[in-house]
Amino acid sequence: MSNFSKQSLFSRNELCGLIVMAVLLLLVLPLALDGFRLNLVGKYLSYAFVAMGLVLCWGYGGILSLGQGVFFGLGGYCMAMFLKLEASSPENTAIQSTPGIPDFMDWNQLTALPWFWEPFNNLGFSILAVVLVPGLFAFLIGLAMFKRRVGGVYFAIITQAIAAILTILIVGSQGMTGGINGITDLRTLLGWDIRTDSAKFILYFVCVFFLLGCLVLCQFVLKSKLGRLLVAVRDTEERVRFSGYNVDNFKIFIFTFAAMLSAVGGAMFTLQVGFMSPSFVGIVPSIEMVIFCAVGGRLSLFGAVYGALAVNFAKTTLSEALPEVWLFALGAMFIAVVSVFPNGLAGLHRAYIGPVLNRYFGSTVAAIKQKLPSRDSLSNSNPGAQ
Amino acid sequence: MKAKDFVLEVEGLTVSFDGFKAVNDLSFYVEEGEIRVIIGPNGAGKTTVLDLICGRTKSTEGSIKFCGKELTKMTEHGIVHSGVGRKFQNPSVYEDLTVFENFELSFPRGRSVFGALGFKRDKEVMKAIEETAEMVFLNDLLDMQASLLSHGQKQWLEIGMLLIQQPSLLMLDEPVAGMSVAERKKTAELLRKITENRSVIVIEHDMNFVADIADRVTVMHQGKVLSEGSMDHVQNDPKVVEVYLGH
Repeated sequence: MSNFSKQSLFSRNELCGLIVMAVLLLLVLPLALDGFRLNLVGKYLSYAFVAMGLVLCWGYGGILSLGQGVFFGLGGYCMAMFLKLEASSPENTAIQSTPGIPDFMDWNQLTALPWFWEPFNNLGFSILAVVLVPGLFAFLIGLAMFKRRVGGVYFAIITQAIAAILTILIVGSQGMTGGINGITDLRTLLGWDIRTDSAKFILYFVCVFFLLGCLVLCQFVLKSKLGRLLVAVRDTEERVRFSGYNVDNFKIFIFTFAAMLSAVGGAMFTLQVGFMSPSFVGIVPSIEMVIFCAVGGRLSLFGAVYGALAVNFAKTTLSEALPEVWLFALGAMFIAVVSVFPNGLAGLHRAYIGPVLNRYFGSTVAAIKQKLPSRDSLSNSNPGAQ
Repeated sequence: MKAKDFVLEVEGLTVSFDGFKAVNDLSFYVEEGEIRVIIGPNGAGKTTVLDLICGRTKSTEGSIKFCGKELTKMTEHGIVHSGVGRKFQNPSVYEDLTVFENFELSFPRGRSVFGALGFKRDKEVMKAIEETAEMVFLNDLLDMQASLLSHGQKQWLEIGMLLIQQPSLLMLDEPVAGMSVAERKKTAELLRKITENRSVIVIEHDMNFVADIADRVTVMHQGKVLSEGSMDHVQNDPKVVEVYLGH
């Protein structure tokens, strides 16, 4: 009985997984890849934030959102607006008819900065906005949907509609948003040039640190009672409701939390790639994000990161070699996940690689076990878990 | 009779689904510490009455007073907080979680979002879970995933999940359905034990079980009370005999 009261944040297997991932991202990849490829990995990792949010929201909470691109985009745009304003100093834009405003505004005959751009002159505000604007937006969507008990397929369709609407809105108001081209030609962050190889190298590590930080935060949420409640809501919502929980609030929380994670990813994307455009907001990118999560395994935070890396790596490689094949490959991947390995890469790891690792490292594991006699109950029940 | 003596007062309760009155001007009163059994043929509106009391269905007319509080205007979780627990007809437990975790989620603390984030398994929780598990015969199975339990054990688990909330009114929809004879006996024993400090409403079809546990029986037919009283009284009521044996 006493073993139930011990709750550690990471089980032994999860801790190993975290260490392996940290070594891979912080040591192996930076040493093995050139600057260009490492920057690409950084870009893929910014999608991993979204996939981790989907693990919580979809995998555990059972809420499928087909509109995570909305929050990814909003976070990315908030970052891009700050960088664009810094790049549009009166000296840099002296040749424009109105110097001091972003170039695309000048092309669209705007003569003054729109009011909602003003606060983005401030970095502190912009960083807060990266998290809070998408968070607030998700909160309002959640409030409107979940309080009315809208769920399942209907919720997924509505999120998809929101993704379409936001894309149209951004493209339509070209003077204020940069339209279909997005916000481009971003140069410096507080005077530090983000386009150089060394800056990209540093930003990669910033991205990885944020990613690992978010992973620990997600793990905390999943290991708390709230994590188990999410599973309970997914299984038997009525029982949770009639056990005295306001289920709607929990759904709103986890949807908002996932949106904020996506937004952080969006901001990291803007910083590393150097622009943001509506092509990362709409329906297609939003669905691709769900595929990252599904391929990785929708019940595994580590799986989400590997899923985002694997799918994007495949996308880049295939697009370079055989551009026309990529969409078919994406479709095939989706079918394979649905019909052959429903728990994604994490499920494959659990079923095939985990037991082999345990067998080979059995003696080491036994030694560690003796040093750590109090493993939590969860790791007892599924020894193959990552 | 004074109103104060009752834990639950249902008066003039009506619910209409597109004109069909599933429950029609229903009134009944439950005393403190009473085991009330509701019986009736299929479609009599028994489950709907429980749905109305716990807020799953909103009433069209009438009032439900629980310890003086009007339930018809309250939210589902508000009704639970005021002390009403309800077991569903098909055992609904959290299949993907262990028996222990099922109890843990039912423990009445940390029910807000941030309360759940900061929830700790302290001595109080452990003690409550241990006691409840023992009471519902599951103390050796705390580690087991709930989906692996037998049907009867799931029924007990769900009753335990309600008991850990210490409700003053417990509503059980067919608690012995699908149980073996031995399990039924144990459940009847359990119900008698847990009713010492609370009122219980039970819906049941098994007449031997009903005779075994009921203080009073309410017979429902077409959304109305057909007869009410002791088991002997309703069994000898000619109206009840007619409804059950047909015309």
